[in-house]
Amino acid sequence: MALRRKSKQFRWHRKHLLGVRELSAEEITYILDTAEGFEQVSTRSVKKAPPLRGKVVVNLFFEDSTRTRNSFVLAASRLSADIIEFTKKTSSVSKGETLLDTAKNLEAMGIDIVVIRHSAGGAPKFLSRSVNACVVNAGDGFCEHPTQGLLDVYTIRKIKGTLEGLKIAIVGDIAHSRVARSDMWAMTKLGAEVIFVGPPTLMPAQISRLPVSVSYSLDEVIEKVDVINMLRIQFERLGGNPFPSIREYSHYFGLTIERMKRAKPDILVMHPGPINRGLEIESEVADGEHSVILEQVKNGLAVRMAVLFLVNQAAAQKR
Amino acid sequence: MKVILDSGQVERILVGLANQIVSETPVELDIAVIGIRSRGEILAQRLSSRLSHQLGKDVPYGTLDITLYRDDLNSPQGTTQPEVRTTEIGFDIDDKIIILVDDVLYTGRSTRAAMDALIDLGRPKAIKLAVLVNRIGREFPIQADYAGYKTDVTPGKLVQVNLVESDGKDEVVIE
Repeated sequence: MALRRKSKQFRWHRKHLLGVRELSAEEITYILDTAEGFEQVSTRSVKKAPPLRGKVVVNLFFEDSTRTRNSFVLAASRLSADIIEFTKKTSSVSKGETLLDTAKNLEAMGIDIVVIRHSAGGAPKFLSRSVNACVVNAGDGFCEHPTQGLLDVYTIRKIKGTLEGLKIAIVGDIAHSRVARSDMWAMTKLGAEVIFVGPPTLMPAQISRLPVSVSYSLDEVIEKVDVINMLRIQFERLGGNPFPSIREYSHYFGLTIERMKRAKPDILVMHPGPINRGLEIESEVADGEHSVILEQVKNGLAVRMAVLFLVNQAAAQKR
Repeated sequence: MKVILDSGQVERILVGLANQIVSETPVELDIAVIGIRSRGEILAQRLSSRLSHQLGKDVPYGTLDITLYRDDLNSPQGTTQPEVRTTEIGFDIDDKIIILVDDVLYTGRSTRAAMDALIDLGRPKAIKLAVLVNRIGREFPIQADYAGYKTDVTPGKLVQVNLVESDGKDEVVIE
C-alpha cells in the first residue's frame, strides 16, 4: 500500500462551489482525491459518517431533477447533515417570492449549505454574495453543472488512471448543455483534449473562444477518441428547428452499435442522464460493456460528499 | 531536534509489542491489525507480518482514515486542514480481536475517533490499542494495551516518528 503524498502547502479555501471554470487543476485534483476517501462510506455496514453532524443543507431546486437532487440528499445524509428539500412547485416561489427572499428566509432558520439549481445563469454566484451560507451550484442555466463535470473526470480518472493526453468527444446538444461546459473545463484543466461534436445549429456562439476543437461529424471522430460523452437533446430548451427530424439527428449523431465497431477497444461511453434510448444512444450501447453510465451515478455520490465536506471545512476555518 | 529512539530501538520495541500480543491473545481467536493513517499504517503492516510469522497463520492488516471522525472538524482553531483519505480494510472486522495501531499516543483524541470509525465498520470482539510511543498529556480516558516507549516529554512539543517506508529511516525525534 503506497503512501500517496499530496502537496503539503495546498489548502482548500473555497466555501462556495460555483463552477469548474474558476478552479485550478490542483483544486480539481484535491476534490477528486478527497472523493476517493468517501467512496467506502457507501459500501460498509453503517453507511454514514459524522463530519456534517448538526449542519443543515437546503436543496433549492428551481428546475426539475431526479439524479442530482437525490444524489445531494443522499450525500448530505451520509455526512449526517439534516436536509431541507425545496422545490419550486410546492413553495412560496409560486406566490411570487424572489430568489433572494427565499434564501434569506431559509437562512434565518439557520442553514449552513445551499445547493441551488436555477434556470438563470449566475444565480448561484448572486446567492453566494448575498447569504452567509456556503453555496453549491447544482446547475445554472447554460453555464455550469460543476459536480457533474467533477464526477465525469473522477470516473475517467478512476478507470484510465489520468486524463493527461486523452481525447474526449462530447456529442450532441452542446449549446444548451451546462454539463458540456463544466466537463470541458474539468477535462482540459486536467490535460485532456476535448472535441465538441454535433450539428452547427447546436453549437454555442463564439465557440472559437473555448479551449476545444469542433467537429460536425461523429463518424470522423469516433475512431480517435478514448472517451465519448453523449448528451441528451434538451427539447424543453430548443428554439426553432435545429435539425430537420429526430430520425435524421439520430442517424448522424446517435451512438449506435455500428459506430461502436469502429471505436477504440477500450473506449468509455458516458452519459450524464437522463437517457433518451434510441435517440442519442442505442440501448445496446447504453447497457453495453463500454458504458460507465451507472458508474457515473455512483461516483457522483462520493464527489458530492467531498464537495459538501470541503465547503463546510472552508466555512469552519473562516468562522 | 533530539533523537529519542534510533532504528535498533524501534525494531526492538516492535518485537516486544508482537511478543506481548502473542502471549496475551488466545490462539483460537481471530486477530487482525489496523493502523491509523499514516504512520500507524506502516507499523500495522510490520506488526501483521511479525504476528503472522509467530502465530503461524495469516494475520490481516488494514488502514483506517479517521478524518471524518475527528472532533475538531468544525472548530476554527484547527491549524492543519483535515485531509480525507481512504480507509482500506479488505476483511470483515466482526468478531475479530482488532489490534489498533498508532505511532504516538498523546491526547487520546485520535484513538477515540478511530474507535468510532471502527464500530461503523462492524462489531469486533475486542479492540486493543498498541502504540510505539506513549507520551503523557491524555485528554480522554484512554490507555494503551500494548505501549512501547514511554516518555514524559512536555505537552506542546512535537514527537515525530519517522519510518523507512515514508521517511527513509526509522527513528523517533522530539522537535
